[in-house]
Amino acid sequence: MRGLLGIGAFGVAVAMLPLFVTSGYALNAIVMTLYAAALGQAWNILGGFGGQFSFGHAVFFGSGAYAMAVLQVKLGWNAWAALPAALAAGGAVGALVGALSFRYGLRGSYFALVTLAFAEVFRILANTFEFTGAGVGMIVPLKETVADLQPASRAGYLWLILALVLSGLLVSWWLKRSRYGAWLQAVRDDEESAAALGVNAFRVKLAAIIVSGGLMAAGGAFYVQYLHYIDPHIAYGPAVSVEALLGPIIGGMGTVWGPLLGAGALHLLGEATRGLMGDAPGINLVIYGIVLILMVTFLPSGIVGLLRRRLANA
Amino acid sequence: MRRARGSAVLELSILFPSVLNGLTTGAVYALIALGLTLIYGVLHIINFAHGAALMVALYGVYFLHQRLGIDPYLALPIMVPAMFAFGYGLQRFVIGAASHGKDENILLVTLGLAVVLENLALFWFRSDTRTIDTPYTLSTVNILGALISTPKVVAFAGALVAAAVLLLVVGKTDLGRAIRAIAKERQGARLVGIDVDHVFAMSFGIGLACLGAAACFLLPAYYVNPNVGNGFVLIAFTIVVLGGMGSFAGALLGGFLIGVVESVGGLWLGESLGQIGIFLIFIAVLLFRPQGLFGARA
Repeated sequence: MRGLLGIGAFGVAVAMLPLFVTSGYALNAIVMTLYAAALGQAWNILGGFGGQFSFGHAVFFGSGAYAMAVLQVKLGWNAWAALPAALAAGGAVGALVGALSFRYGLRGSYFALVTLAFAEVFRILANTFEFTGAGVGMIVPLKETVADLQPASRAGYLWLILALVLSGLLVSWWLKRSRYGAWLQAVRDDEESAAALGVNAFRVKLAAIIVSGGLMAAGGAFYVQYLHYIDPHIAYGPAVSVEALLGPIIGGMGTVWGPLLGAGALHLLGEATRGLMGDAPGINLVIYGIVLILMVTFLPSGIVGLLRRRLANA
Repeated sequence: MRRARGSAVLELSILFPSVLNGLTTGAVYALIALGLTLIYGVLHIINFAHGAALMVALYGVYFLHQRLGIDPYLALPIMVPAMFAFGYGLQRFVIGAASHGKDENILLVTLGLAVVLENLALFWFRSDTRTIDTPYTLSTVNILGALISTPKVVAFAGALVAAAVLLLVVGKTDLGRAIRAIAKERQGARLVGIDVDHVFAMSFGIGLACLGAAACFLLPAYYVNPNVGNGFVLIAFTIVVLGGMGSFAGALLGGFLIGVVESVGGLWLGESLGQIGIFLIFIAVLLFRPQGLFGARA
């Protein structure tokens, strides 16, 4: 229950931020940090709790983003109706990728490779067909009404993405204490032993990739509503896949708060480099990559692991 | 029927140059894949930084030509040792140190390296696509009526020679014996006195040296920008998986096969959709035959 209280307190505190923070720049920074945290939480379900490292989570992100854009622009759906469809699209792609790769027992590097290849196939498809705007991409018209899931203020977007982050926290919290979560972590730690104890590893992993894909697609849907534009490279390119796995690895894989802490730390780091080195292209990611290598080398359990050790020693 | 036969003849006149083109590209793919498969065979890691390392090598060839006026083919004796040293250092001081013996760590560290290298290039050189101009860039060779660009023919021959040298090194030298011993039985190799960390680093160095050679053959007919490696890395993975992880003969044949599939696929489906064939082959092989077409390991 303490976990739930913490999540509730975090939600209330962040929801009240727009009362104190009025600068558009700062609000945007908070929104983008929460957005990165949401992507990290989605990855963390499969990668952190389930131990299946995906290098191609963009495949779910892009499918959510494109479902959102195509349904609204080409088929005239209302955004509120398109949102659950986008989530379902991410879950369905998750089911497809998961059913194929887990059925044939792909693990470790092989699983990472196959996710990367799926993202690439979807990128080429989106780049080819008129239906998705091909290489030009799609613009979602600016409407700025809540009825179109486009709040007129940054605060509105903050609440939207906060709702997604809170759902991510709740799912992670549930994984920590539910029977299903125990199965998933058992499969991560030792699949053969878990199977010997009667856990159906295939179904457990399949469920994880579907939930992970659905949440990632929600992140893609948010991206489209917030920035009003999507193209094949943004949707299915490697940048999103890397962004999704950086936060949890730096914050702490398989933990409830890790992705959020990691996203926060990375964002602060990004702001600091921008202050020091100016707005040069690429420099942020150089630093992120170095931090990733250093974390894997010296702090494999992430920020959460570091905090735990400190608390235990104190 | 008669009309169908007529169009088949017509298609053959397009198909033949397309297949030849695919074979020349495939030779360079094979060279890139040979480096990757060597690293996999010995270290049992998938080097996600392979594409980024190729990009580094391409920039090396580019600047040697732009600043010092060195012809790309004459840059070979500079680029091959330079990339070898780069690879040796990376494995010895970065990847090896970070691994703690866990495969997931290596996966993430090589991914991190790729991110760092690509974005350093973006930071220094911006995202401009650069090409070089040589006297032979636009010249062609007539092979049985098909016009193939000279740099591609040279690349084909060069890649085959480089592959032969690599096979000799692995097959006939003491280093090669140590590499094969470690690939088979790591603990046993250590017990008989092989310096495993050194051989790991040597293998990684040789793997990247292949990229140094590939870059010299590629650049006269290609371009370089910070993301150029991405296009190659998945293709190289496909070839390695197709040929069987760790198999040299498989990587060579796989390279030619993929080169032809890409070239002919592009002819039928267009430039953009043509590449999809490669990734579908990749996914299908990973799922249904992960030991590859020529690999024996189940």
